[in-house]
Amino acid sequence: MFIWIIKRDLLLAVRRQSDVLVTLFFFIIVVSLFPLSVGPEMNLLRTMAPGVVWVAALLASMLSLGRMFSNDYLDGTLEQMLLSPQSLSILVLGKAFAHWLVSGVPLVLMAPVLGIQYDLPADALFVLTGALLLGTPVLSLIGAIGAALTLGLRGGGVLVSLLVLPLYIPVLIFGAGAVEANMAGIAFDAHLSLIGAFLLASLVFAPWAAASSLRVSLE
Amino acid sequence: MLQGINLACVRGDRELFREINFSVEAGCLMQVSGPNGSGKTSLLRMLCGLSNPAAGEIRWRNTPIRELEGEYYADMTYIGHLSGTKDDLTVSENLRISSALTGVEISVSQATEALNFIGLGGRDHLPAKVLSQGQRRRVALARLLVCKTALWILDEPLVALDVTAVQMIKEILERHLQQGGVIVMTTHQEIDITASSKMQLHLA
Repeated sequence: MFIWIIKRDLLLAVRRQSDVLVTLFFFIIVVSLFPLSVGPEMNLLRTMAPGVVWVAALLASMLSLGRMFSNDYLDGTLEQMLLSPQSLSILVLGKAFAHWLVSGVPLVLMAPVLGIQYDLPADALFVLTGALLLGTPVLSLIGAIGAALTLGLRGGGVLVSLLVLPLYIPVLIFGAGAVEANMAGIAFDAHLSLIGAFLLASLVFAPWAAASSLRVSLE
Repeated sequence: MLQGINLACVRGDRELFREINFSVEAGCLMQVSGPNGSGKTSLLRMLCGLSNPAAGEIRWRNTPIRELEGEYYADMTYIGHLSGTKDDLTVSENLRISSALTGVEISVSQATEALNFIGLGGRDHLPAKVLSQGQRRRVALARLLVCKTALWILDEPLVALDVTAVQMIKEILERHLQQGGVIVMTTHQEIDITASSKMQLHLA
């Protein structure tokens, strides 16, 4: 079941590549706008790089959140999923994992290339990618709660940002903090451990919370 | 097997129905009838556990369905208004994935066989978006052929189907009843299903 849901969501993503590409290009463009507008001030760019990349990643992952459940809701598949003998939390976990594979992983892979625009040193690029790799699954998991809560509401897209973005703040702080610490020459493993802790906590709680919200939304 | 005890449904501040009682035994067909807006779909959604009754209790094999949860879902197939077909997937993928999501994994050949039976033979590699409304309905109903559940809850299964398809569904339903299954359905079309026992539940 877990495997089926991931297979299905990936298959749908392959058939509708535009959705995946929109998220990725949004991320690339937002990150690239800053060096173009600030100009070639290396020190300034290096300082702002981690923050900009992380904020762009948050916004990009928000973009595709609306689609996480809404298509399934509209065509009735979600009803069927609720009536599955398997636990709904597992299913939500599968959907969040597929969302991460489709909208999180491309960002992680793209980040080191974009970091070059900001003149980040090689080891900072490495830390940035690592932090994103740990942090983006948290974005998908927490986002699943927001997407489930706003399902079927008019103007749900805006509401989901208001609900979810504040919850992303800790990941943003420690994600950007890890890179800054590395550039300042301090140990950054505490930051990464904290993001890892967020990941574990959201792995446990987010599917359960999103499953309960889905049941409420569909009643 | 399926029992409803004092069921009531409230939508907003309007009461759709109350004190609905029934008991459906193996091999029995229960047809829910009533005018538009009388709460037929609401009742079926309650029966399959998508929503909670405002009052009363639903029991499956003498246990409340709230306590059974997954066990009940493994024994029940619900086909609602929405067919649950994905436009971007092929007909065969749609059938295989929708039955896998409800707990029955079927092979490609099983899917092809079911689709042939339901009159979609040779179309299993077309994306669902090119299908007509009636053909989509057939894809949804093909799940009945591959599922192994005892209780079928069908909300307007005959909408958009042509005469031959209606006949085909009738045969499938009759076979299920003969094997001791239970069917709860709503329909506005006249369909004469032969069953050992039949019930009418009229919502006013």
